[in-house]
Amino acid sequence: MEPSSNIIEVNDLRTSFFTEEAEVKAVDGVSFSVPSGKTLGIVGESGSGKSITSLSIMRLIQEPGQIVGGEINFKSDNLLDKSESEMRRIRGNEISMIFQEPMTSLNPVFTVGDQISEAYRIHQGLSKKQALQKSLEMLELVGIPSPKDRLKRYPHELSGGMRQRVMIAIALACKPELLIADEPTTALDVTIQAQILRLINNLQDELGMSVVLITHDLGVVAETCDYVAVMYAGKIVEYADVQTLFESPKHPYTVGLLSSLPRHDIDQEELQVIKGMVPSPTNMPEGCRFAPRCPFATDLCKEQLPTLDDLEDGNQVRCWVYSDKWDGDPEVNVKDDYGTATSS
Amino acid sequence: MLVFVLRRILQTIPVIFGVTILVFLMIHLIPGDPAQIIAGEAASDAQVQQMRDRLGLNDHLLVQYGRFLGDIMQFDLGNSIRSGNPVSAEIGSRFWVTFELAFFSTLLSIFIGIIAGVISATKRHTFLDTSIMVIALFGLSMPNFWLGLMLIQYFALPPLQWFPVSGWGSIEHMVLPVITLGTAGAAIIARMTRSSMLEVINQDYIRTARAKGVKEQIVTYKHALRNALIPVVTVVGLQFGTLLGGTVLTETVFSINGLGRLVIDSINARDFPIVQGTVLVIALLFVLVNFLVDISYRFLNKRIELD
Repeated sequence: MEPSSNIIEVNDLRTSFFTEEAEVKAVDGVSFSVPSGKTLGIVGESGSGKSITSLSIMRLIQEPGQIVGGEINFKSDNLLDKSESEMRRIRGNEISMIFQEPMTSLNPVFTVGDQISEAYRIHQGLSKKQALQKSLEMLELVGIPSPKDRLKRYPHELSGGMRQRVMIAIALACKPELLIADEPTTALDVTIQAQILRLINNLQDELGMSVVLITHDLGVVAETCDYVAVMYAGKIVEYADVQTLFESPKHPYTVGLLSSLPRHDIDQEELQVIKGMVPSPTNMPEGCRFAPRCPFATDLCKEQLPTLDDLEDGNQVRCWVYSDKWDGDPEVNVKDDYGTATSS
Repeated sequence: MLVFVLRRILQTIPVIFGVTILVFLMIHLIPGDPAQIIAGEAASDAQVQQMRDRLGLNDHLLVQYGRFLGDIMQFDLGNSIRSGNPVSAEIGSRFWVTFELAFFSTLLSIFIGIIAGVISATKRHTFLDTSIMVIALFGLSMPNFWLGLMLIQYFALPPLQWFPVSGWGSIEHMVLPVITLGTAGAAIIARMTRSSMLEVINQDYIRTARAKGVKEQIVTYKHALRNALIPVVTVVGLQFGTLLGGTVLTETVFSINGLGRLVIDSINARDFPIVQGTVLVIALLFVLVNFLVDISYRFLNKRIELD
């Protein structure tokens, strides 16, 4: 892939939280890139570091958290080298973010119009009147009925779905090149979820922006993403285009995630689960972080952390099975053998 | 909003009636015979009886209360026993002094309290934060008559003599009493603002503002403070209401002729029409301040529903 065709390239990003006892490595050497105009899904369980990754890109990590290393190259500039005021010009303007909780993400004491206008006033220096006019157009764009009336409303007067549309209107007000959506539909009803996802997809085409979609929902990924990074315990374990990921997942964790989805096409006695728990960031396993839960784990897995290696098709996986050093069954096929391996 | 205001007005009516009943009953609850007190120790039984007739104390209690209410409606609070002047005139001349004192003290508390609270919250767990909170605790724990005396000692008496020792009227006169009365309020407001800010600053909408590219100062003073002030407004209102009736000690220390001293002097002289009138005025003002606080609370916090 040409470097210039990526809107953002994250290299070896490391973000830690410093408590009195220890350094908690929430994001531990994450690398990925987002091709221009495409959608990258970052998938993982709670605590895998996906939200921290997105806040790191925005440089919005609060104390006691800190970005301790790596590079975030956005349009060939490293965001980690930018000053706070340079970052402010990027936030909400070139890179925007929407959050999981539409109910609490809008300021209760300002009107919807004020909150959208603020983006225009900060980044484009518009007058109050011009900014409100632009905000009105934005509300129309995100499909809010009777937008003129809604401009003067306060957040508590809107439903969750409407609030998330307002959040999208704020985020897209200045036509950003990159939108980071952190679980944008998790808190919404299923019917509203689909509407919001469709809205993001349509606006992405219309505005030609790239999207990083953080989610734990593989269904959402299948519907909306072009590429997927699967995160586990602060690291990316697999990176693939969406079709490959669903058709031939490589990493045992990805396979586990996929097989834990309920299916309607086959008769299932019970839902598959991945046994065990995500390791605590203060007490990471020495070797592969998934090894304690992995049905294929060998001594090598328990002792040494595998690297994220390129595969022939350009995708990446962090698993010893695909390396020359693999010391287990040489004939193993993670996807096909997962079911039998877990039940044994 | 209009409906809300009307409802609040309706809700104050029973409170006002309660206040008038209590104030009215004061005459009958205090020890001694009011007619005897007004007529004087040396009065004969006939004179006392005459006074009782004049005051209408022989009528049924309800009749007396009705008359009392009627008088209040006409702003007639009776006449002072000592001076014979109308009570409303006596109160009127003192009221503005106390009002000014309470008003400027509250203003000082708000100004210092909010700034100190915000600084403390934004620099939390630093030396500055700890210092501000220690000073606030000190200000809160200090009895204000003692603070007043100390201020006089150091700033009004030689060698400094920056401010007059007593009296009221010019800005110089106001400085020390206002500091005396405003310190405790500033401390309370600082502590309230700090805790309220710390709560608000972790809210999701603050992150949204930052993600929008808003400057940190604007995040603090516009997005966070506006929300953090909602509970503070209540404290400020109560503070002001309390000060209106609570300036007695400060007025005494600085020899200020305000309502507080009027009440004390009148109690000592058993001049109960004045005591009644002053208590009534202060109580009604307190009701009014609370009403205004509720309105502003509603104005600041859009989420309060009309129920």
